[in-house]
Amino acid sequence: MKTGAKILIEGLQHEGVETIFGYPGGVVLPVYDELYNSDLQHILVRHEQAAAHAADGYARASGRVGVCLATSGPGACNLVTGIATAYMDSVPMVAITGQVPTNLLGNDAFQESDITGITLPITKHNYLVKRTEDLGHVVREAFYIAGTGRQGPVLIDLPKDVSTGEIEYEYPENEPVTLRGYQPTVRGHARQIEKAVDMLLEAERPLIYAGGGVIASNASAELVELSERLSVPVTCTLMGLGGIPCDHPLSLGMLGMHGTQYANYAVTESDLLIAIGARFDDRVTGKLDTFAPHARIIHIDIDPAEIGKNKKVDVPIVGDVKAVLQEMITRIRKEPRYQRWNARIQAWKEKYPLQYRSDGVLRPQYVVQKLSELLDGEGTIVSEVGQNQMWTAQYFCFKKPRTWITSGGLGTMGYGFPASIGAYFARPDQPVFDIAGDGSFQMTIQELGTVAQYNIPVKIAILNNRFLGMVRQWQELFYDRRYSYTELPPVDFVKIANAYGVEGMRVEAVEDVVPALKAALDCNGPYVMDFRIEREENVFPMVPAGAAINEMIGGHMQ
Amino acid sequence: MKSHTLSVLVENKAGVLSRVTGLFSRRGFNIESLAVGTCEEPGTSRITIVCFADDAKIEQVIKQLNKLIDVIKVSDITDIERVERELALIKVNAEPGSSRAEIMQIASIFRAQIIDVGTRSLVLMLTGDTEKIDAMEKLLRQYGVRELVRTGRIAVIRGAKTVKSSK
Ligand SMILES: Cc1ncc(C[n+]2csc(CCOP(=O)(O)OP(=O)(O)O)c2C)c(N)n1
Ligand SMILES: [Mg+2]
Repeated sequence: MKTGAKILIEGLQHEGVETIFGYPGGVVLPVYDELYNSDLQHILVRHEQAAAHAADGYARASGRVGVCLATSGPGACNLVTGIATAYMDSVPMVAITGQVPTNLLGNDAFQESDITGITLPITKHNYLVKRTEDLGHVVREAFYIAGTGRQGPVLIDLPKDVSTGEIEYEYPENEPVTLRGYQPTVRGHARQIEKAVDMLLEAERPLIYAGGGVIASNASAELVELSERLSVPVTCTLMGLGGIPCDHPLSLGMLGMHGTQYANYAVTESDLLIAIGARFDDRVTGKLDTFAPHARIIHIDIDPAEIGKNKKVDVPIVGDVKAVLQEMITRIRKEPRYQRWNARIQAWKEKYPLQYRSDGVLRPQYVVQKLSELLDGEGTIVSEVGQNQMWTAQYFCFKKPRTWITSGGLGTMGYGFPASIGAYFARPDQPVFDIAGDGSFQMTIQELGTVAQYNIPVKIAILNNRFLGMVRQWQELFYDRRYSYTELPPVDFVKIANAYGVEGMRVEAVEDVVPALKAALDCNGPYVMDFRIEREENVFPMVPAGAAINEMIGGHMQ
Repeated sequence: MKSHTLSVLVENKAGVLSRVTGLFSRRGFNIESLAVGTCEEPGTSRITIVCFADDAKIEQVIKQLNKLIDVIKVSDITDIERVERELALIKVNAEPGSSRAEIMQIASIFRAQIIDVGTRSLVLMLTGDTEKIDAMEKLLRQYGVRELVRTGRIAVIRGAKTVKSSK
């Protein structure tokens, strides 16, 4: 006989889980008691939101399903932001919550909340398990659903009596999960792929627009191969960065609101846009009807609902990005083309590079650039949300997939620090940096307790402008500099870190940046760098909301 | 914009209806009518949904519905030859005397059945398409409709063809 709790823990181990992130409470006591015996590693966070973000960071860095665990009611509700973050960025995750015993369900019992109801719109699927007999296959289904097709979070709500109930159970080892309502398409339609290839060969100014789907489907090598076969330039979304090395001659960096001018100009002039695992998000397209106005569009995506959602598509291809790109590559011989188009792009690159002032003032772009040079494409870079995120996307040179971890779709401040904890456990041999804002860091700053307790060597680089900088930038540009509630008082972050037993350094001068970064790298535990940057530095270039993406402001230095 | 009839085959599991209706409200799609019941395949239910939307929107609704794990199959049967029915129960004031006789006459013209007779009221049961039920309700209004209960619309394709159960 096995308890539900034991079935759960064994199930996690059968699914290959090694590390989970969680926080205990009354109704998950049986699960925690079972954890006590098991060799699963459990990281005790300081707030359940961090457990969800850590599981998410683990999943993005490793490509495997991340797992978090919380108690009922307040514990479950604290996971919500983290689940929504994972949902918006299609991150595979299984969230396990305790629930009041089944006989109390619906009674407003102590610490009861309807977490399956609450998470209905932010999970790929969720389960309220009512019988111990169902738990084993629910766990298998949850991992299968989370990790296949368009990936996403799945929640399992586990009433206390289900985890204490005892039954005979053996985990079915080699039996595949089958669900009649869930059969994701993997291989693209052969005729559509043929059509796409023909269109590519006919085009004069093609451009690949690569999104997070390239990373999720582990298709970076295929992306680069396709691009190189015919010399097709590539621009990436925020989520797609790392899909092609940033210093690759065919790479145009990021497009969209804070993209490079050359990427946005290329979109506007291109006659064929190949969207790969991207979803025409408003932060990318700007004003939709002026986005890629001269281009025919090929759209490759695993999720049929994304195709044609925002923009009319000429050739839709539903399938796994990697499988579809492999098919395309086999039909294309290596023969560099589009010389005139690439020359035109090269001229834009030279004329409109990303740039910032170097005048002896400590600027955030410099910090990111130096870190990028120091790590040279190695390591895992995580960011918070706001200006810090955009400067990192612009100035860090990502060379490999899964080395860039950021909350794109939901834009969750406070995501980065706990996500970097998860990223560390996915790849403990690699340095992990969280590029933070002072506002964002204070949303999950309590996780200093976690990194101190387990000596997790995550390095936090705060680009401290004492502002909710991105909001302040909008107020400066569009609200006549009326800085309504965006100024933050100075905080001594090093002192806070020290109080938790974490080392740190404040940096005020340009020449101290590199030594601080080196000190952080050399420290074998966590480390906090408080970079006191120019307070009113802006993220440029920028497409104002509602404008066409080739109408960028702030791109040239006066 | 036009009215679409969707036939949705779902797993007969707790919460499936709220998954389906939640999706409609969340994505800003309006449901005109909805009817649910178990169907010929064991363990499944069929939901018939009528909603008013343009073609792009309805395509998005169908794709989003298909993404729900518990949804087995979605068919838009709007442009397929089909029969559709709705059922209404109407409790109408019927004082003994002339009005009662008139109501019974209206009922027989519409082929409605009188399923309950009270001293001062009658309950009529009518099946038909939406227009027929609307028309009879309009006629009965002059007598005073105390209560009107309608099911959602249900529909099947004409002939031997069916809404098959593969996604
Ligand atoms: C949880 C949350 N609340 C509010 C916002 C809105 N928001 C976006 S960026 C930003 C400012 C971020 O400030 P900071 O972390 O200091 O970063 P900076 O822009 O200064 O680099 C705010 C408030 C958000 N994205 N997330
Ligand atoms: Mg700030």
